[in-house]
Amino acid sequence: MPSYLKSSKAIQFGVLFIAFFLLNALIGPSESNYLWRLPPLLKDIPFLINDLVRGLMFEWMPIDVYDPSIDEYEQKPLFREITRAISSSFSFVINAVREFILGGSKTIVAFSSWDFIKENPWAVWPALPWTVVVGWAMVLGYKLQGRNLAFLTGVAGLYIAAFGQWSPSMQTLSFILIAAPVSVFLGLALGVFAYKSKAVEAFLNPLLNVAQTMPHYSYLVPIIVLFGVGDHAAALVTILFATPSMVRLVLLGLKNVPTDVVDAGRMSGCNDFQMLFRVLIPTAKRDVLIGVNQVVMQCLSMTVIAAFIGAQGLGSNLLIALNSLRIGTGLEIGICIVLIAVVFDKMSLAWANKQTDYFADLSFTKRYRHFLIMAAILVGGIVMAMIGSIIFEEDFNYFYIVPHNKGLTTAPFWQAGVDWVWDTFFYTLKSFNEWLITGVLVPMRDAYLAMPVVATFLLVMGTAYILAGLRSALIVGGFLLFIAFSEYWDRALITMYMATFAVVVSGIIGITLGAACAQNTFASKAVLLFCDFLQTFPSFIYLIPVIMLFGITDTSVLIASLAFASVPATRFTVEGLRSVPPVLQDAGSMCGVSRLQRLISIEIPIAFPHIMLGVNQTVNFALMMVIIGAFIGTIDLGQLILKAISEPQGTGIGITLGVCVAFIGLAVDQIIRTWANKRKLALGLN
Amino acid sequence: MASQGDEAEQRQAVIKCESVYKIFGNNAQSLLQNAQGKIDAKDALAAGCIVGVNNVSFEVSEGELLVIMGLSGSGKSTLLRCISRLTDATGGKIFVDGQDLLTMNSKQLMEVRRDKMGMVFQNFGLLPHKTVLENIAFPLQVKGINTKDSIERAMNMAELVGLSGRENYFPRELSGGQQQRVGIARSLAVEPDIWFLDEPFSALDPLIRKEMQDEFLRLQSVLNKTILFVTHDFDEALRLADRIAIMKEGVIEQLDTPANIVLDPATEYVRKFTQEVPREKVLKIEDVMDPYDSTEEMSDIKVSKNAIIEVVAEQILSQDKAVGVVDDNDNIVGSLHSSHVINVLFGNRSQEQQG
Repeated sequence: MPSYLKSSKAIQFGVLFIAFFLLNALIGPSESNYLWRLPPLLKDIPFLINDLVRGLMFEWMPIDVYDPSIDEYEQKPLFREITRAISSSFSFVINAVREFILGGSKTIVAFSSWDFIKENPWAVWPALPWTVVVGWAMVLGYKLQGRNLAFLTGVAGLYIAAFGQWSPSMQTLSFILIAAPVSVFLGLALGVFAYKSKAVEAFLNPLLNVAQTMPHYSYLVPIIVLFGVGDHAAALVTILFATPSMVRLVLLGLKNVPTDVVDAGRMSGCNDFQMLFRVLIPTAKRDVLIGVNQVVMQCLSMTVIAAFIGAQGLGSNLLIALNSLRIGTGLEIGICIVLIAVVFDKMSLAWANKQTDYFADLSFTKRYRHFLIMAAILVGGIVMAMIGSIIFEEDFNYFYIVPHNKGLTTAPFWQAGVDWVWDTFFYTLKSFNEWLITGVLVPMRDAYLAMPVVATFLLVMGTAYILAGLRSALIVGGFLLFIAFSEYWDRALITMYMATFAVVVSGIIGITLGAACAQNTFASKAVLLFCDFLQTFPSFIYLIPVIMLFGITDTSVLIASLAFASVPATRFTVEGLRSVPPVLQDAGSMCGVSRLQRLISIEIPIAFPHIMLGVNQTVNFALMMVIIGAFIGTIDLGQLILKAISEPQGTGIGITLGVCVAFIGLAVDQIIRTWANKRKLALGLN
Repeated sequence: MASQGDEAEQRQAVIKCESVYKIFGNNAQSLLQNAQGKIDAKDALAAGCIVGVNNVSFEVSEGELLVIMGLSGSGKSTLLRCISRLTDATGGKIFVDGQDLLTMNSKQLMEVRRDKMGMVFQNFGLLPHKTVLENIAFPLQVKGINTKDSIERAMNMAELVGLSGRENYFPRELSGGQQQRVGIARSLAVEPDIWFLDEPFSALDPLIRKEMQDEFLRLQSVLNKTILFVTHDFDEALRLADRIAIMKEGVIEQLDTPANIVLDPATEYVRKFTQEVPREKVLKIEDVMDPYDSTEEMSDIKVSKNAIIEVVAEQILSQDKAVGVVDDNDNIVGSLHSSHVINVLFGNRSQEQQG
């Protein structure tokens, strides 16, 4: 290669683009031309996966299992017995928690039989009055942090009860209370293993990469096949989805423990166990807790998706409401999810920051004050429920359990608002919508679909080579090759076009907004806080307001993606710009730069790698949202994944499609991350 | 001088190193097997290895404070980490109280660390999630002592290092000096016989450093531990040490008392350190006094043999006759003439500058 080509990136890109457009012009659509589309050599992969799963489930390792109902040993495949055992134990625990709050008899059945229940009508676990549950939660909040958290918890509880969302909320809660601890435990265990052994880390790393970029949907089908449908399957999907980020953060935290602290632990004579639980994990507490926090957030964001495979609770109600376009109800349910998320978030953080007081010499009542109060609340709640049964004799007993959808509702108000928006702005919205679709989206999609496969490879791998080097180019090429050999190249192009559009627009929004806010300390803090708040929203929530405005169209999906994906771009821009070393600012000032010059010639170049990491996350968020968007009717990979849920061949197709989407995300991640690290090294940052 | 050395030999060696090597790199073992005595740096480099500690042997006797001094990369911290077995030495033998440290399994090592060793780290190594008290009590709790007793003991330690009233602070709420006081208290909590300090005051401001050195000397006068103290600060070494080992590129260049090092540097490298040292602040009267000659006419005043020259110089210089030097029991053990003092303080220096 001539030396001038190496020296200037602009020239390299110029050559790349010329080659790209030449290829585009030269190669026309043709079924037989492999330069246009590669043959689907890998189209059998879904079937191979299916066969593998079927083999595992029905044929592999038959063992003798005693069946008490026919009093004989039967041959059953080992793997299936294992998955069945996992399913039933999860179902049991989830039900036990659920019935502890909401009442029921399934747990009692588990220890006896349905006949026993029929013969003994008293054998039903009574529901706790909602007042008691909320009261207990408030005491917990008070004990963990103080009055503010107790108040917040109380408001959340009251909202949930008053709006008639009590039972679905508790159903959701019951599977989160199982899924979150299991994810945290698994994440901790795997993280520690990866820390102890380089081999385990090398093994886990690619798995985590794929797992974190796979769209939520693609987990669903294999779980259905292996574990069936229901709350336990939903809990398992949630665990599968929430664990990877926990593993990552635990590993990161453990690696960041200062060597002095590790040495101090060893010189104090810690054995391995003490080292792990009293030195390493507590010192890495911050990262571990961010992990716990992430797990809780992931669990809540899965509530809606888990509803596809039979999780009861808020998620399935939200799904039904959105499906029947009852936006007001959807909004109320969405707020429930957000409230639960916020309360969980604050409680887990407060729990982390608690400290023990060694000097308090407390009396019995003081020491057990909280338990005493909780007991009092239990008695008080029951008494209130009894009084309630007298007051509301004809009606529902609102002091006991507020029945689903029988509480207050503001739905008509929101519905009227939506109607008003539609009546007033119908033509505006419609014309905007039409312009966007016919003027921007369709031409863009056609352009993407008109790319010959070689041109796409050239563009992507060339960009990777110029920015990140040969190794990245080859890795990215590998990712693309998998997609190109699968049957889903065209669908993937559609996904890519939607994601590209979302990324470009939200990148512009986020970077502009971030750069503007970073100029002022107060604005920076405010916008970061707002980003925090937005990120507690499960992704599905973003769909509610856009459906209100734009109905069920591609536009809705794109706008939701924009809102969702702008958050990381904004956040990273603000962080990047604010972390430019003050000495550089001062040096700039003394050279006499103006405010704008400083931003353009000092701050942005220094912060650029960090901003690009934000864009990287924006890509992932946009992809995730575009795929979720399939639920309201886009025609891309997401829609196929959604369809796969109800197909007999679904497992293989679902996984393959999921891997395709993951590879798109990983390809972008590979380029941007490698480039940003190189750049940061060159700038002497880190 | 000689008497001090004899004394040290009579006492038992608490720490004993025999030809300790630490070599980093894949070919470390083969390099070591071919080596006779000191390994040549060029050979090591050719084998793709870096020699951290090169054939180091010395003994530390009970109650002695040995300072290992060297610039960064001299292998001083590596040596300390070998002796505390935070890293495993590549070759040689290390004995602690006569027990071979390098052949111990991890359980024995754990016991030794729990009962005999305490260590202070440059960046404190405090557990961020524990309060001052909990940090100090940590080694006790690790040993299995119950919360009440360990916290009680930690309270005493906190008082000893002057942290009373801050027991419930978290490390992040303390200044650097205070954090290192916690580190010191923690390392002493199990009442170890052997105390390792790895550049304990290097991360502190100069004024605080001075204060902590005083505090350290005070503690040592009470506790009388066997101490290995690592520093890159020659002045600190002179202030604190009974003996100093000066290291360069993994090798001990000279191991001697501060006075001998200042008066008689063994190598050119050591001489560079001693050049700028204000001798009057380092040397004691006994280091420079002449033998007592009963025929000589003496001045009226007497000075203690343990006095630092700077403190008594004015007194001596004001006398025409030689001044008597007395030991702790007021017996005259030597004499010192003012001209000798001037010669010691300024004589050599001009020669050095000319040369």
